[in-house]
Amino acid sequence: MRQSLPSGKRLRGEPASPDILFQAALAVLAALSVLALAALLLLVLLRDSLPAITAFGFDFLLSTEWNPVAGEFGALPFIYGTIVSSLLALVIGVPLSLGIAVYLAEIAPAKVRAVLTPVIELLAAIPSVIIGLWGIFVLAPFVREHLAEPLMEHAGFLPIFSGPAYGYSVLTASLVLAIMIIPIISSISREAILAVPRLQKEGALALGATRFEMLMSVVLPYARGAIFGAVMLGLGRAIGETMAVTMVIGNSPKLFTSLLHPGYTMAAVIANEFTEATEDLYLAALIEIGLILFLISMLVNVLARLITRRYRRVAGGV
Amino acid sequence: MLRRKLADRLFTFFCIASAALALIPLLSMLYTIVSKGLSVISLQFLTQLPAPPGEGGGFGNAIQGSFIVVGIASAIGIPLGVAAGMYLAEFPNTKLSRAVSFTADVLTGVPSIITGIFAYAIIVVNFGGFSALAGGVALATMMIPFIVRTTEEAMKLVPWELREASLALGAPRWRTTLQVVLSTARFGIITGTLLTVARIAGETAPLLFTAFSNRFWFEGVMQPVATLPVMIYTYAISPFDEWHAQAWGGALVLVGMILTLNILVRVAAGRRW
Repeated sequence: MRQSLPSGKRLRGEPASPDILFQAALAVLAALSVLALAALLLLVLLRDSLPAITAFGFDFLLSTEWNPVAGEFGALPFIYGTIVSSLLALVIGVPLSLGIAVYLAEIAPAKVRAVLTPVIELLAAIPSVIIGLWGIFVLAPFVREHLAEPLMEHAGFLPIFSGPAYGYSVLTASLVLAIMIIPIISSISREAILAVPRLQKEGALALGATRFEMLMSVVLPYARGAIFGAVMLGLGRAIGETMAVTMVIGNSPKLFTSLLHPGYTMAAVIANEFTEATEDLYLAALIEIGLILFLISMLVNVLARLITRRYRRVAGGV
Repeated sequence: MLRRKLADRLFTFFCIASAALALIPLLSMLYTIVSKGLSVISLQFLTQLPAPPGEGGGFGNAIQGSFIVVGIASAIGIPLGVAAGMYLAEFPNTKLSRAVSFTADVLTGVPSIITGIFAYAIIVVNFGGFSALAGGVALATMMIPFIVRTTEEAMKLVPWELREASLALGAPRWRTTLQVVLSTARFGIITGTLLTVARIAGETAPLLFTAFSNRFWFEGVMQPVATLPVMIYTYAISPFDEWHAQAWGGALVLVGMILTLNILVRVAAGRRW
């Protein structure tokens, strides 16, 4: 099967045919709506953060002072908060996602699978502002009473669980993020597990492997790349998530050590302070945070795509 | 042997427990939204303007505004996205095609708040303030990569033989693409587009400083406009209990619309394929 049709080459002197015009028009639209859009996004962020870049230079990334009234702007608390809350979300969300993926692909009876698969994916369709609303009125009080306080009492000697225990905290934000990335990671991983040839799985079982051993020895090596790509996509989503985090993380620009304390993220500070930023330098500082957020999440996404593409090619060649 | 079996049992238990655990937040969310939202929703809530705390009022203008902003985004995003996706599906082996395909993939991961900054910088700053148009542009920026992907995938499912048959009958390339390939793939494109619309209809972050908000009915494309997600956010973080209750009412309306659209599309798609 040929994968493309000959694109009509124009002979010398021949007038442009409608087909060539058609291809050219589509090419222009494709370039404009995707390539030009991406370039414009980057250029606009660069241009509008220039005042902050020239004023603070590299110190912007390392300074912990965020005091708009005094004109002091440092992005470290936000970068730190974004990274810690996203990584903690992975720590909570990835094992659960993989458990769900294995359950739906290998364990669940057909009827349960048919109901549960779309239901878990439905979780991805719930808007983040609604998850944030639920976070404020249901999850945060629950976390304070049943998770943060016991953790503080029994494990408070660890700096990451030292008190006092708040409801609006990094822990609550990470739980919310974990809930939001579980549908993404579990559905891609489930597909990767299902893509492993059945003969290989049956071969391992026929040799006497238990299901756990079969998954470890046959499925994992095969699906590893796709699963890793899925985790990176989840990380990208967690880094860029705005509303749900803003509503539960407590929005305090400090370098926290306890996960039970409030924090702040890059996306959250932009959402909260953008309309208040009346001074040019303040606005530029927020946009520079946007630029950093954009670059980090693009990096994570490019890695995720490269990984999944590479493994797809390898798997396709087997 | 016993240890191997035990490990297997433990692992199986862990998998079942994960699936059960993932359902808890979902069920809790749906239960809270329905139980707290139902008591708020009334004809008055759906059709009236917001009022100060203690005076009732509703989310009527936010519902109207959401339809307008999502409509503007669709009018910009769908044609551009479909055209780009069509190019990727029909001319897959050009350099441009590979670059566009990869960039579209990466753009699906742009944080939503960034599209808000983008629309702020190019529309709000240049055209005299917050506006429905700026909100539409922000949401369209989010939409385009998803529409490109969904169009490309739907059109690539159309067998190449169908294109060859059409060309062999003497149809030019453009007619083959528009009348044969596009119309064969239209169901997939419509499905994917509706899911994308459902996704952006719930976005808040891109609208915070583009469409902004408004206490009145829609006043024009170049004026700020209230939307459901932003209204829910504003009410949720307000200090008034009555506003909190109304936020749940808004949540029920928004989630109801989005989930209905999702479920309808999935059921229709399931029956067709």
